[in-house]
Amino acid sequence: MSSAELLPALLIAVPILMAAVPIALGLWFDRTGWSVTALTTVGLVAGTAYLANAVYAQDRVVHVLGGWDTPQGIGIELVADPFSTLIIALVTVTAAGLLAYTRVGGPRGNTFYAGYLLLVGGLIGLSLTGDVFNMFVFLEIVGLGTYAMISSGDGPESAVAALKYLILGTVGASLYLIGVGFLFMATGALNMEVLGEAIPQVAAEGGSDLTLLRAGFAFIFVGFAIKVAQWPLHTWQPDAYQHAPDGVTPLIAALVSTVSAYALGRVMFDVFGVEFIATTPYAQEIVVTVGAVSVIAGSTLAVIQRDVKRMFAYSSVSQFGLVVAAYGALTETALVGAIIHLIGHGVMKAGLFVAAGVIAVSYGVRTVDEYAGLADNRPFVAGSTALLLIALIGIPPSAGFIGKWYIAVGAVEAELWSIAAVVFLSTMLTLAYSARLLEKMYFTPAAPVESPHGTGVATDGGGGGSGILIDSGRFTRGSPEDVSLGMLALLVAIAISAVLLGFAGGALFEWLEPFTSEVFN
Amino acid sequence: MIEGAVDVLATRYAYALMFVLMGVGMYMMIANQNLVKKLIGVNLFQTAIFLFFVAVAYVEGGRAPIVPADGSDPGLMASPLPHVIVLTAIVVGIALTAVGLALIVRIHAEYGTLREDTLREVRADE
Repeated sequence: MSSAELLPALLIAVPILMAAVPIALGLWFDRTGWSVTALTTVGLVAGTAYLANAVYAQDRVVHVLGGWDTPQGIGIELVADPFSTLIIALVTVTAAGLLAYTRVGGPRGNTFYAGYLLLVGGLIGLSLTGDVFNMFVFLEIVGLGTYAMISSGDGPESAVAALKYLILGTVGASLYLIGVGFLFMATGALNMEVLGEAIPQVAAEGGSDLTLLRAGFAFIFVGFAIKVAQWPLHTWQPDAYQHAPDGVTPLIAALVSTVSAYALGRVMFDVFGVEFIATTPYAQEIVVTVGAVSVIAGSTLAVIQRDVKRMFAYSSVSQFGLVVAAYGALTETALVGAIIHLIGHGVMKAGLFVAAGVIAVSYGVRTVDEYAGLADNRPFVAGSTALLLIALIGIPPSAGFIGKWYIAVGAVEAELWSIAAVVFLSTMLTLAYSARLLEKMYFTPAAPVESPHGTGVATDGGGGGSGILIDSGRFTRGSPEDVSLGMLALLVAIAISAVLLGFAGGALFEWLEPFTSEVFN
Repeated sequence: MIEGAVDVLATRYAYALMFVLMGVGMYMMIANQNLVKKLIGVNLFQTAIFLFFVAVAYVEGGRAPIVPADGSDPGLMASPLPHVIVLTAIVVGIALTAVGLALIVRIHAEYGTLREDTLREVRADE
């Protein structure tokens, strides 16, 4: 077994084992959590880079756990292919980068970082697993990590939001488990590869086993629709994103639903296969409709929100709707578009929530109206937010553009005009809520009543001379807590990478080629 | 049609019972105002799925899937794989219940109520 083949198991085991270290060290030291987590996540990024290199050379790295090489179908496999490697690259890089925010921005404490590492380990496991039941276990590990992270906020609201997510998330995962049970009844297998070969045969035979497969698909799709937050099953998401601590929201918004959407794509294309979905009556229509309705409902709800974090949360509902609709198009180009949009949305949403956190820390505002005049007072943060919003709308060159472009091209190829129309509509609706925020930040002057900190600055500056203000720069503008350099650097880095990703469309298409050509042959 | 349904009920009544139990769990989760009872509903829902898996593994006339110490052929056995799945899922379910109860304890400490309707009123006042 080569060293690259050991990596998939190590990438999952290391963060989960390291999660115990901050708690153990907490017996003697108070604040070791951040260092342990930083060390681990940087190690994970390096491991992912090494694994990506191996995947580039041989297309697929498979690790069979427990020495169950034969008979195939019983042992749990971990599979790193271009699709899953791309997702774990997003997970590890985002998890490592966001530590720059939590170091100063909090939440603090060793138990928080134990949960952080557990969540990262679960996300990597969910991306790498090649077994449908193992996927359920990782889905629940991710869920448990997320509930703990959301409730790590100080306020009582976060506990209510976490409990709501816990109940809905458990139902989602349980529905997925029922679907897995049906698949097992029909085929007697749990391994994705074996299932992928068995399902066309069972479907060709027809009869009651075909009914089981269709029922299984329905349960699995509804289960994931809850986890990915598709309308009308999205209700947990706005509460969870809004009430989670500012340092946690970027992590869960960028990764948790993204990896669930990845898992849905994996099950749809690797387990059921394009053929099965295309031949099942109404399956494709239902997938496309759920996605399309989520795009419209999510964006519409985003436009009417007052709280900025809540607005971004509804925006996530609509962007994931686009991904699900693109899955439903069942063409190679649209699938690549969906994958690129998953990555791009993860990066952009992480950036937007970091921006919302930085603004809340430095400026003390959380609603759209209070953002008035932000560009004058916080030029860097406002500029980065604007850049990310423009990228989210999909103006080239940006991460949002290439994803939508491929989805639209794929929809036109398949002559599914409804998806093409939804892509266009989603752009218009994204513009509607983004423009609202941009207008407030850049063109509405700050009213003294709306930003009490601004008036505080004026009196300070008038009384104590302007020298203090110039020396201490933007950090002391009436903000009770400081924004660290790490937060700003992180925000600017995410904004730049959201733009740079706009040039990576061709490279990503080529990178995903081995995966997509296997799905569509 | 009706005959077929009766036939299915007579031979597969275990599955039908599991789905009734699942429905009871889900109804409890949605309709009950008490947060602890909601969590019990979630547990009932999950337990129904576990029982469903056990029923799937049942083999008419089969025995427990344990190979004797001397390695002789044990004959017809129930499928062991769903049992393993259920064991794992039970562990996951226990962890979820623990986290859920911890959250409920915190909600009770903060708001002083376990009822959802009261909770909504308290939060609306703030």
